[in-house]
Amino acid sequence: MATVRIIVTLKPGILDAAGQAVQQGLHALGYEAVTNVRIGRYLEVTLPDGLSPQETNEMCERFLANPLIEEWRFDVSPPRTPRVSRGSGGEARGTKPEARDIH
Amino acid sequence: MRLGVVVFPGSNCDRDCVHVLRHVLGRDVVELWHGDPAIEGVDAVVLPGGFAYGDYLRAGAVAATSPIMPAVRAFAASGGPVLGICNGFQVLLEAGMLPGAMLRNHVLKFQCKPVHIRVESTRTPFTHGLREGQVLRMPIAHGEGNYFAPDPLLATIQESEQVAFRYCDAHGRVVSEANPNGSLNNIAGVCSPQGNVLGLMPHPERASEEVLGSTDGRMLFESLVAWLESRRAVVVG
Repeated sequence: MATVRIIVTLKPGILDAAGQAVQQGLHALGYEAVTNVRIGRYLEVTLPDGLSPQETNEMCERFLANPLIEEWRFDVSPPRTPRVSRGSGGEARGTKPEARDIH
Repeated sequence: MRLGVVVFPGSNCDRDCVHVLRHVLGRDVVELWHGDPAIEGVDAVVLPGGFAYGDYLRAGAVAATSPIMPAVRAFAASGGPVLGICNGFQVLLEAGMLPGAMLRNHVLKFQCKPVHIRVESTRTPFTHGLREGQVLRMPIAHGEGNYFAPDPLLATIQESEQVAFRYCDAHGRVVSEANPNGSLNNIAGVCSPQGNVLGLMPHPERASEEVLGSTDGRMLFESLVAWLESRRAVVVG
């Protein structure tokens, strides 16, 4: 069992209108030094026997990303147990992931 | 003559399209469910507006994998007329049946208002009854209509006369003030290299009756009907 974690973002230079809106919000809250906010998508795909990097790449190219406007990166890790976020920044969240075989 | 309107989960302009084709133009119309892998017996296919599959992943992306899409692709490959309106246009882009991609509107707003578009090409079944440079008024309603194509692709599209409509002012001038969403070169609609597949962001079905304030959109559907009838005449003759 393996989980592929995929991050899809707009290519550099492609207008990210949503990112600009978020940047405006951050500036309004006083984080005026923040620049170049980019918004992307995060996907987890779990497969019983894992997936080769070539197959993962193909999946991104054909469907999960639009190669005309987006780029992607991914890594493979064992499935994680769901963690509960306590929502208070200083506290440790959840438990450390168990060491497992990575397929 | 039978016209098909595809219904995806989340389509919301399908009934408007059916209404215009059936009641305004008086044509035989069939609704095509997205889960049906066949579209036999239709002479043209319309992919309507809406938010197919909630626009999850990207607008049109999941709909492009629907069971019906291989049949729509085969129909288009055989020369059949296919029209994608708004979300239908996005589906055709994601299915690779039209060139380019959609970004969010540059103005950070869902744009819902009447716009003017200029006919750039009359080589599609939906525009052959119009004249180049003709200005049409119809509404847009979208958050992701910012047409984009990388430079080499954009050059190809323009050189091969695949730009069908551009946003313009009331006088037909293609100016940046008339561009509602940031689309490259004011592009509002593109067609396939053969011209039989057309996508556009404005809604012709919402501008097909006097009561709606414009009948300009009806001309696209009338053009299609005339195109189909002329072909039939050739076949019979």
